[in-house]
Amino acid sequence: MSLLEVSDLTVAFPTDSDVVNAVRGMNFHVDPREVVALVGESGAGKSASAMAVVGLLPEYAAVSGSVRLHGKELIGLSDQDMSQIRGKTIGTVFQDPMSALTPVYTVGDQIAEAIEIHQRGTTRRAARARAVELLDLVGIAQPERRARAFPHELSGGERQRVVIAIAIANDPDLLICDEPTTALDVTVQAQILEVLKTARDVTNAGVLIITHDLGVVAEFANRALVMYAGRPVETASVDELYENRRMPYTAGLLGSVSRLDAAQGSRLVPIPGAPPSMAALPPGCPFEPRCPLAIDDCRIAEPELLEIAPNHRAACIRTDQVAGRSAAQIYGVSTEPPGTAEEATDPKVVLRVRDLVKTYKLTKGVVFRRQVGEVRAVDGVSFELQQGRTLGIVGESGSGKSTTLHQILELTAPQSGSIEVLGTDIATLDSRSRRAVRGDLQAVFQDPVASLDPRLPVFEVLAEPLSANGFGKKQIDERVAELLGIVGLQRADASRYPAEFSGGQKQRIGIARALALQPKILALDEPVSALDVSIQAGIINLLLDLQERFGLSYLFVSHDLSVVKHLAHRVAVMYKGTIVEQGDGDQVFSNPQHEYTRRLLAAVPQPEVNRR
Amino acid sequence: MTEPVTTESSTTAKSGVDVASFASRRTLVLRRFVRNKPAVVSIAILVLLFIGCYALPPLLPYSYSDLDYFALQQPPSTDHWFGTNALGQDLLAQTLRGMQKSLLIGVCVAFISTVIAATVGTIAGYFGGWRDRSLMWIVDLMLVVPSFLLVTIVVQRTKGDIVWMIVLLSVFSWMISSRIVRGMTMSLREREFVVAARYMGVSNTRIILRHIIPNVASIIIIDTALNVGIAVLAETALSYLGFGVQPPDVSLGTLIASGTPSATTFPWLFLFPAGALVLIIFCANLIGDGLRDALDPSSKALRRRKARK
Repeated sequence: MSLLEVSDLTVAFPTDSDVVNAVRGMNFHVDPREVVALVGESGAGKSASAMAVVGLLPEYAAVSGSVRLHGKELIGLSDQDMSQIRGKTIGTVFQDPMSALTPVYTVGDQIAEAIEIHQRGTTRRAARARAVELLDLVGIAQPERRARAFPHELSGGERQRVVIAIAIANDPDLLICDEPTTALDVTVQAQILEVLKTARDVTNAGVLIITHDLGVVAEFANRALVMYAGRPVETASVDELYENRRMPYTAGLLGSVSRLDAAQGSRLVPIPGAPPSMAALPPGCPFEPRCPLAIDDCRIAEPELLEIAPNHRAACIRTDQVAGRSAAQIYGVSTEPPGTAEEATDPKVVLRVRDLVKTYKLTKGVVFRRQVGEVRAVDGVSFELQQGRTLGIVGESGSGKSTTLHQILELTAPQSGSIEVLGTDIATLDSRSRRAVRGDLQAVFQDPVASLDPRLPVFEVLAEPLSANGFGKKQIDERVAELLGIVGLQRADASRYPAEFSGGQKQRIGIARALALQPKILALDEPVSALDVSIQAGIINLLLDLQERFGLSYLFVSHDLSVVKHLAHRVAVMYKGTIVEQGDGDQVFSNPQHEYTRRLLAAVPQPEVNRR
Repeated sequence: MTEPVTTESSTTAKSGVDVASFASRRTLVLRRFVRNKPAVVSIAILVLLFIGCYALPPLLPYSYSDLDYFALQQPPSTDHWFGTNALGQDLLAQTLRGMQKSLLIGVCVAFISTVIAATVGTIAGYFGGWRDRSLMWIVDLMLVVPSFLLVTIVVQRTKGDIVWMIVLLSVFSWMISSRIVRGMTMSLREREFVVAARYMGVSNTRIILRHIIPNVASIIIIDTALNVGIAVLAETALSYLGFGVQPPDVSLGTLIASGTPSATTFPWLFLFPAGALVLIIFCANLIGDGLRDALDPSSKALRRRKARK
């Protein structure tokens, strides 16, 4: 008998107008020591399924079906009975380690609390000792001392380790991990996956991991369920899934992942369209509107999840069309980089940064602020960006890459060093000429939600840089219409508010706004890291197309090495405020010189199974 | 690009597209506001009250100070629609006269104090530094001054002059809101859309007007609506204590004050002026609600469902 047995699970959220069917019939099982992954775009019902298992859905959610743990039915149990199971038989690891820990207690106390609640009669002292053991197990150095630390004193990776320690504190039989690595740096991600493997080995628990990262699935999981519109559409062992996927959606997901082995400028395969609204699904296959292989039969009935090979099921009637074809063939697009037309021998340098330094003062005291030291956020950084090229700046959070970018965008004289934009040293700018330079240097931000004013309709968002620079009403209307076309949005979208768009569309609006003044340089601050992979691919392709069409230069800041590989001609690796390695993209990736670069590259999870 | 010019490519590329007009924010907000029926009705009532209290008195047979010795303490009748008080004064004329004062004071004070609060709050929050420190120092100073006493002393010397009353009440009622606005502005300043606007070369004044103010608008608007009520009540209190509007002139405050003792025996003396006050405040609040919903695209009530493909 398997450890966890889920059958016909459905979850529905009633809203004011419609009922949103978040999960529509999940069937799966998890065996002891097995790692099962739920994969899919956001809104596919992954988290809702997992939260239904632990009974952490909001009260108004309607859950039906059956969830059996060790043969015992969980659905219908009272919250009090579930509390006996949660934390004891089922351990949970959440996405954001900052909000998963209480800021006012030490991490040792929080682990000890988890033990004391479920193991009555444990003395305080014993619980403390066990907490230290657990901290040691999840790889926290000096566990005795760190047990007395508060969550804010730990780094993101260490906090996630603590969360894992709490999850395994009572030796659970099932571990549920909801995007456990998403909020972390690449190198830390790899370590956390290692810790999770250790945790599984120690507790012999089955693991249900929710992720959108196909690299994580390949590294960690045994079996995967690809979810779409609240249902699994393909289930198979991970090896089988990556080598022999049979559902067009899975092929699209895998094709849209950026890879380290791709050449600069090569296009990705985006899945067109957006996931359907879960409130009113039309009859037929929910993926049909986005599917390149759709035929009339697809619109008639939703296909069942049928066995097409031993332990391999797919909900598609066109599986024979998928087997053995590449994603690019299925979706009918070319991934080849368009022929590099003329390789200018000596392109103009549009941005030159020399010995840039940015420090923050550390002060103590309230009345008399005395300086006790300084943080060198950026410490002597130099690089050049040539016209029509992309410079990728990679590094972990805290490496100073964003600070560098914003220092350039501020267009004010740096503390030390020099910044030259289009041949003008920005220290010499007055407010008039600074405005002129601003038109040439624009930015796209990481979070498309935060970077668009929620109170402004799209037309006003796009018109803002234009009217700020003295365009007339008629010119603005023309330019906005043109911009919408450039980034692939409809004219009717102009009078809608940002909240009505999906993440990818919002990012397109952000790019359109940056292009409004026809800049020569675009500063891109992690422009795709907040997006789903299938959407990422579309944005990356758009950026590549725009560069080709307008000869833009990109300054691309990212922690995602595989995305950088696709876009960047040159790469600068930043570590603790300095550039440790700089060179042509291919060179840096294929033959890394610096120890840190090598570590970064090794840590990137790749969607290939044979790497293990 | 040093000059804001569109190059050829941008004008010719999409020449086929009809670029006649995009709906700007103003039209969108207006459209959303008009869809909110209670708010539209409230604004109509408030405008009617305002016009009525100035336009009606000359048409009435009695002015607010005339005494009708043949109708003392009479309930509403065809002669005196709102009844009369113990002196035989027509209550309709008195209520209208009182509304003139109270509406003027209420709306003006609410408006002026909100403008001060929004200006001070956004400037202090957006720029920070010495501007923030000095402005907040003034706010703290104003907060510790016993404002009511100060107002009573000054108003007494001005013999209930309405302009002075408006100025004084406004000057002493903006501090708390400005602190709230400052706090919200400080968190907005760090948001990426404000940073983005700055990088696009949008001037600071424009950022405050177009990005900061609309995003704190909901609190400002609610504040204004509530301030109308508070200002009317403050005026009432002053008048009740004998410092505000001086007899024989009347305000809603003095009318309510004189009607309160006989509210059970001669209810019309109390009910009509009090009803006028409630109506004013109710309308102001509904308008505030409607404006907030219209300005805030995420507010649920008015959001049209869009079928997304």
